[in-house]
Amino acid sequence: MNINIDDKNEFLSKIKTLKAGDRVYLSGTLLTARDAVHKELKNLIDNNEKLPYNFVNSIIYYAGPTDTPPEKIVGSIGPTTSQRMDSYAEYMKKLGVLAVIGKGERSDECKKIYLRDGITYFIATGGCGALLSKCVTSCEVVAFSHLGCESVKKLTVDNFPVTVCYDNEQGDIFNG
Amino acid sequence: MCYTVVMKILTELQIENAVYEIAKKMCFEVDEKTLKKISDAYEKEDNRATKDALSDIIVNAKIAKNEHIPLCQDTGIVIAFCEIGGQIVIDGSFEKAINSGIKRAYSTEYLRKSVVKSPLDRVNTNDNTPCIIHTTITDGDKLKITLCPKGAGSENMGRVKMLTPASGEDGIIDFVVETVRLAGGKACPPLIVGVGIGGDLEECALLSKRALLRDIDDCSKDTHAKRLEDILYEKINALNIGAMGLKGKTTCLAVKVETFPCHIASLPVAVSLMCHANRHATCEL
Ligand code: SF4
Repeated sequence: MNINIDDKNEFLSKIKTLKAGDRVYLSGTLLTARDAVHKELKNLIDNNEKLPYNFVNSIIYYAGPTDTPPEKIVGSIGPTTSQRMDSYAEYMKKLGVLAVIGKGERSDECKKIYLRDGITYFIATGGCGALLSKCVTSCEVVAFSHLGCESVKKLTVDNFPVTVCYDNEQGDIFNG
Repeated sequence: MCYTVVMKILTELQIENAVYEIAKKMCFEVDEKTLKKISDAYEKEDNRATKDALSDIIVNAKIAKNEHIPLCQDTGIVIAFCEIGGQIVIDGSFEKAINSGIKRAYSTEYLRKSVVKSPLDRVNTNDNTPCIIHTTITDGDKLKITLCPKGAGSENMGRVKMLTPASGEDGIIDFVVETVRLAGGKACPPLIVGVGIGGDLEECALLSKRALLRDIDDCSKDTHAKRLEDILYEKINALNIGAMGLKGKTTCLAVKVETFPCHIASLPVAVSLMCHANRHATCEL
């Protein structure tokens, strides 16, 4: 199934019909964020400070690409291990995030929070940064530029392949 | 007494250049034999989602090679295993030679700089050095360097345990299988599992890392270690973790066991995991 992720209503209505293990192809905007950005965002939220970027209705991709060679759009850009972001699960709803993309299992606690808050967890195939880079049609650093490869990048993707991990009927791709 | 010693001089620049030449290629190609095993796993697999992931891995390897894009965005911290012949004299700093070669390759090939200066303040060194360098002195006049860019996804899932002799073989097997189970899909299976048994705390960890450098198709020459490799291979693949944790028949592609003598009261065991992006490169001078 193809999903236009820039249309929130289309995204939410299609997501409802999907089962754990289904492969879908996302087109639209993704925001990259991994360890360092999550840590900074948590501090800003905890201290009621202004965020440097609006994450409302966004899909976060846990990724830190290789450097972009001249003439290229982006470097190698596969997912990183999601588990390291488990402890920030409560903050996803506060940010207004709709879904996250990473690799590997989440903690039981994180999964529970995601299901409660309606946050979708997708995985992309780990170690496939070359393949996934071919789906990226634009890349721009939009926040936390001092974090280098860990900065927040706004990506436009075309038919980006991901797999649904959990569904609302107890489906769990890792524990089925 | 009078004797002649034949020496071979290698300059810092010669070593740096040799390291640079192999380092600039190592993140773009996966070991061919590993890829063959992944293709076999794809053929055998029935689970749809797992088959999709294995297919991604195979296509990714082709794109990486043909279009010169790093296989994986995590181009690792570099581990350098060096064998230095006793007849070699190094004109300059060996460490500097290796680090300079890596620095150059990570810059000219646009690889990711994934090393922080201190584990505490975590500021990036911005050149992917220093490398982790292991040296052994061998006979002869050859210098052999094997580089392995090690990603954190698989590295973070490795474990060491100081078992006692009473735990025996069963204790070793349980620990290794448990390590792979806990790693689940996070270490990017299908994996190569390196097991170090014996020595002491740091030696068994090093053995488990060296085990990963063995030819993926070989088996231990020690009959007891080979038997363990076979048992572990069966048990790990019975875990039903599968590629990327999506369930399936192939969780590991190979298990390599290395042993070393140890104290009468000790049984140290270490497990190092290598993800499917099995990258390494060797040069000889
Ligand atoms: S575990 Fe290996 S394949 Fe997976 S992201 Fe890390 S380096 Fe890449």
